[in-house]
Amino acid sequence: SVCPGDTSVLAGLYGPAEAKISKELPDRAALEVLLRPKVGLPGVLERSREQLLRQTCEAVLLGVLHPRTAISLVLQVLSDAGSLLSCCLNAACMALLDAGLPLAALFCGVTCALQPDGTILLDPTARQEQEARAILTFAIASSNRKVLMATTKGSCSVEEMQQCLAAAQCAASTIFQFYRDSVRRRYSKC
Amino acid sequence: GSITTADGSALVKLGNTTVICGVKAELAAPAVDSANKGYIVPNVELPSLCAERFRSGPPGEEAQAASQFIADVIENSQMIVKEDLCIANGKLAWVLYCDIICLDYDGNLLDASVFALLAALKNVQLPLVTINEESGLSEVNLKQKNPLIIRKHPVATSFAIFDDTLLIVDPTAEEEDLATGTVTIVTDEEGRLCSVHKPGGSPLTGAKLQDCITRAITRHKEVKKLIDKVIKSITPK
Repeated sequence: SVCPGDTSVLAGLYGPAEAKISKELPDRAALEVLLRPKVGLPGVLERSREQLLRQTCEAVLLGVLHPRTAISLVLQVLSDAGSLLSCCLNAACMALLDAGLPLAALFCGVTCALQPDGTILLDPTARQEQEARAILTFAIASSNRKVLMATTKGSCSVEEMQQCLAAAQCAASTIFQFYRDSVRRRYSKC
Repeated sequence: GSITTADGSALVKLGNTTVICGVKAELAAPAVDSANKGYIVPNVELPSLCAERFRSGPPGEEAQAASQFIADVIENSQMIVKEDLCIANGKLAWVLYCDIICLDYDGNLLDASVFALLAALKNVQLPLVTINEESGLSEVNLKQKNPLIIRKHPVATSFAIFDDTLLIVDPTAEEEDLATGTVTIVTDEEGRLCSVHKPGGSPLTGAKLQDCITRAITRHKEVKKLIDKVIKSITPK
């Protein structure tokens, strides 16, 4: 489970397991992502987020090493205090790491909020998100800091988007260091 | 418009991809916490007749994700301000049901859906509604119709990514299946980005993304000219 600030997401990964005949792909693993909101039934917003997460994970996962299998990633939102999508991305990556699945690169999620006066805020709280003019979420790959996933809410100019992207790429280094520390801590006990 | 029973409609063909959008306006009471706002409800449907991969039944992930994308574009670009849809504060407001149905799927669904939505909304003629002070009931005047106030004109441009380097604009279904990723950029007439939608897929550098955005801005001008030309040609006597 990952909790930046007060946002908290629990991720569970199951697989590679036997896939249903209808869902199996002949040459690679079939990844399925389920995002459960804190309250209510999953709706259209959850479906679109599941699609974003699934395609981001598929880009880094070496699915060809496990053909005709199914990998299930279930994310449960425990609390939402802003930056939910990047929290889900980080939880997904750590779940993939923890499960020991073969990955081409790690990725991390960073949310940038553009304030009305032009300043860029990273990992905004729910309050800051509401006041912001635009919210951009990026998934940055660890190998070369390239953009794996990008999604925006609200409109912004092209220069502002590039500035947010640069800020996100810098912040990514901190998050990858956190991944390293967590994994080191986990395996130093046993 | 293309659908005579709808308040506004448009049919868009991008290569072989055919998308039709119909807008129906109904009256409803606004929500309690936003008493001066109407509603816009987009819904994208991918029926089984458009491609063999879509089965009949509840909407699949692609249709739901597309519906969410269209709702986000409307919200981000502020093309229709919900306050404009309000008739009487707290009592009556318009609800615009935008149904986008794909008739032939040959890739690039998002671009075609956004164009169809924009053209259909430009085509909408809403009757004048007044509230009778004494009876408190609404009176709909079908003879007098006004077009919608559309503030911004967002245009979507999709690219298919192949192996981190090659970018193809307006991919067909075959190109999409073989691509390692897709990017959709939505710009408005001022060159502002309404949405950058890159759902996973192979990684892109910031420079490549910038390249996509510049092309998207150029394409916006061409598409806007085309939409204006068509709307002008069907304006009634």
